Amino acid sequence: MRGRHAVATRVFKGGIHPADCKDATSALAVTRAPVPQILRVPLSQHLGAPCAPTVGKGDRVRRGQVIGDVEAMVSAPVHAPASGEVVEIGGVLLASGARVQAVSIAPDEDQDFDRFESIERSGSVPATVRAAGIVGMGGAAFPTAVKLQPPKDMTVRTLILNGCECEPYLTCDHRTMLEHPEWVIRGAELIASAVGATRTVIAVEDNKRDAAAALEERAGSAVEVMVVPTRYPQGAEKQLIWAVIGSEVPHGKLPAATGALVHNVSTAAAVADAVDRGRPLMERVVTVTGNVRTPGNYLTLLGTPVADLIEAAGGLHGEYGRIIAGGPMTGMALADLAVPVVKGMGGIVVLDPGDTAPAVHGDQPCIRCSRCSDACPMMLEPFAIGIYANRADWDGAHRFHALDCIECGCCSYVCPTRRPLVQLIRRAKQVLLEKGASL
Amino acid sequence: MSAGATPARMKVAASPHIAARENVTHIMFWVVAALAPATLWGVWNMGMVAVVLLASCIGGSVGTEWIWNRIAKRSQTLWDGSALVTGLLLALALPPRTPWWMGLAGGIVAIGLAKMLFGGLGWNLFNPALVGRAFLSVSWMGVLADVRPFPGGWYSAIDVPATGSLDAINGATRLAIAAADRAAGGAYGIDLARYYEPLLVRNLEGSFGEVSGLLLIAGGLLLIAKRIIDWRIPAGYIATVALMSWAFGSDPLFNVLAGGVLLGAFFMATDYVTSPMTRTGRLVFGCGCGLFNVVARFFGPMPEATTFAILFMNGLVPLIDRGFAPRTFGWVKRRG
Repeated sequence: MRGRHAVATRVFKGGIHPADCKDATSALAVTRAPVPQILRVPLSQHLGAPCAPTVGKGDRVRRGQVIGDVEAMVSAPVHAPASGEVVEIGGVLLASGARVQAVSIAPDEDQDFDRFESIERSGSVPATVRAAGIVGMGGAAFPTAVKLQPPKDMTVRTLILNGCECEPYLTCDHRTMLEHPEWVIRGAELIASAVGATRTVIAVEDNKRDAAAALEERAGSAVEVMVVPTRYPQGAEKQLIWAVIGSEVPHGKLPAATGALVHNVSTAAAVADAVDRGRPLMERVVTVTGNVRTPGNYLTLLGTPVADLIEAAGGLHGEYGRIIAGGPMTGMALADLAVPVVKGMGGIVVLDPGDTAPAVHGDQPCIRCSRCSDACPMMLEPFAIGIYANRADWDGAHRFHALDCIECGCCSYVCPTRRPLVQLIRRAKQVLLEKGASL
Repeated sequence: MSAGATPARMKVAASPHIAARENVTHIMFWVVAALAPATLWGVWNMGMVAVVLLASCIGGSVGTEWIWNRIAKRSQTLWDGSALVTGLLLALALPPRTPWWMGLAGGIVAIGLAKMLFGGLGWNLFNPALVGRAFLSVSWMGVLADVRPFPGGWYSAIDVPATGSLDAINGATRLAIAAADRAAGGAYGIDLARYYEPLLVRNLEGSFGEVSGLLLIAGGLLLIAKRIIDWRIPAGYIATVALMSWAFGSDPLFNVLAGGVLLGAFFMATDYVTSPMTRTGRLVFGCGCGLFNVVARFFGPMPEATTFAILFMNGLVPLIDRGFAPRTFGWVKRRG
C-alpha cells in the first residue's frame, strides 16, 4: 500500500533546515526505563489550573489512581504512575524553573505495569479524556479535553494529527507512529467523531516515511496520511494548518477559525488508550539522546527524575553543553537534573558543547543580512522587533507585530551576529501582554 | 537522591539551544573568496600598481576602523572582515593608475565617513566602498580618468578622423567610444559585439577589478550558490540594464559587461547593510539600480554611472523596506 499517501503541495515561507540528528534513536524500539527510587509527580504538568492533592503523606497508592485533581475547566487530573507509598507532598522544580506542588511516591519493589486502576469510561469521549489526564504531548501540554469541546460557534471540519516532529533529535512521536499506528489511527477516529470533523489528515514529515507507510497500512478510507516536507517548524500549528488545508489562521483568532483542529499523534494514541483500555496518562515515551552512552526511546513513568533517566541511558558520555528538556529549538535548558519527567516532555537532549549555540556577548550589531526575516515562518521582521525591544520601545515592537511571533527560534538560529532575537521578542510579548495590548 | 546526580556545572540559557554556524567572518570570507580570482587576474595583468592600490585602499579602510575603535574605546571589529571587504571593493573599483595616497584617502573616507560615523557595521545608509569611490571621483575627476587619453570631457575630446577608425583613439574606454558613437547617431558604425571577448576575458581599460567579466560572474554565482547573496539584486540589476539598453538602441550585452555593472550588481549592490530586507524589495532595488545606471550612462555626463546609481538606490532603501514590508502570516481576510 506504499505511495498511496498525499503529498503536501504547500509549504510555509521561511523556516530552517537544522541537522535533524535523529539517526541515533530513530531506529531504536521503545524500551521501558527502570522504575526510579522515587517519583516526584508534579500536580501541574499542564497549562491551566494546578491540581490539588487527593492523597496524603503515608497513603498507599495504586498505579492509575488519581492523586491530584481540580474542578477548573482548563486542567487535567494527575494519576499515580506506579504503586507505592506517598512519602511527601511538597515543592518540586520544573524544567521551566517554576516551583510547583508534587506528590512524591516511593514505588513498590515489584511493579506490574499491565495492572492499573481503570478510569471512568461511561461518559463522552471528552469526559473520558479529561478523566485520563491527557494533555498535548507535543510540548504545549494544553488539556486535550478542552480542545475536544470547541466553542459552539466554530465548526471543526478537518482534524489534523501532527506527526511532523520537526524538532531535531526527538524521535518519540516517530516511534509511536511506527510501533503503534493502530492506536494513533484509533485516536484520530475518536477525536474526529468527538468534534464532528469530516476529514482526518495525519501529517508526517518526509524524513519519517516508514512511519507514514505504517500508518497507511492501517488507515481506513476515513483517514488520510499526508507527507509534508521536512523543514522546521513544519509542526507549528499555524504552519501545519497552512500545509494541509491552505488557510492562514487569522491574526488574533483560534486555529479553529480555519475549521481545522490540530492534535499531536502521541496525544491521539493516549486518547485511544484511555477510551479503549481505560488507561490514564501515567507514562510517556521520552527520547534520551545526544552525549549519553546508550541513546534511546524510553517509556518513562511520569515523575521520574531526569537524572535517573539519563542514568538509564547509560549516563552522560563525554563533554556536555546544555542539557535540554524537549527539543533544542524550543526546549528548556536544565539547571538541575532532579526535575521530573512530565506529560509534555518528549526528550532529554544532552547537547555536545560544539553543537550548543554560542553564548551571546554584549549587543552585537544587526548587519541587515535579512536571514531572520527570510527564515521567519510568520513573515515577521525579527531584526526590527529586536531593535525596538532592546531599546524597551514596546510600541515599536507592537507595530512590527511582535505578538504574532510563535517563538519557534528560527531568527536566533540563523543570525550571523548571534543577536538574541527570539529572546528579545519574547520579552516584548511579555511586556505587551502585561500592558494589556491586544493582538 | 537516587541514581545519577546533577553535575556541578550546568549551562543554562533561553532557547533556541542550537545555532547555524555561519557568522560575519564566514560571510566576509566567502565574499573575499568570490572576489579573489578577479583580483588575482587584475594583479597579474596590471602588475605592481594593482598591488600598491590594494594595499593602500585596504590599509586606509582597516586602519581607520582600528583607530576609530581605539579612540572610541570600542572593542575591535577587524576580525569580522567587513573593513577588509570594503577596502578590497574600493580598490577593485578604481583604475590601476590611481596614486596610492588617493587609495588611502578613499579607504579612510569609506570607513570613517560612510561607516563609523553612522555607528559602525550595520548602521550605515550608504555603501562605504562606493562612498569612498564617489569621494575620489568628485575630488580628482581628472586623476581618476587617467586611463583616458583626452582629459577634459568625453564627447568633445573624441575627435575621430573622418576616415580613421575609433581604434585609433588610443586608450579611450569602450564606453566612451560607444557614447561617442551614440551621440553621433551611430555614424561610426561600431560593432560593440567585438568587445564581448575582451570584456569577458581580458580588458585593460577599466578598473582593475574588471579585467575579466567572466571571473566576476563566476564569483557572483558562487555567492548566490552559497546563499550569501540573494539572486534578486544582481538579476534585477543586470536584466534592467540589458533591457533598457536594448530599448535605447544600444547593445544589451555590451552594456552589461562594461562600466562596472558586474562588479556593482554582484558585489556592491548586494551589500547587506545598504540593501533592502525583503525579497520583493531586493528585486525592486536591483531593478532601480539598473534603471538609474542606464539613465545616467546614456544621458548623464559620465558613462561609468554605476557608483552613483547604487548610492542613489541606497538612499531609497528605508522607503523600499517599508513599502514592501512582508505581510505577516494571518493578517489577511479569510478566503472563501
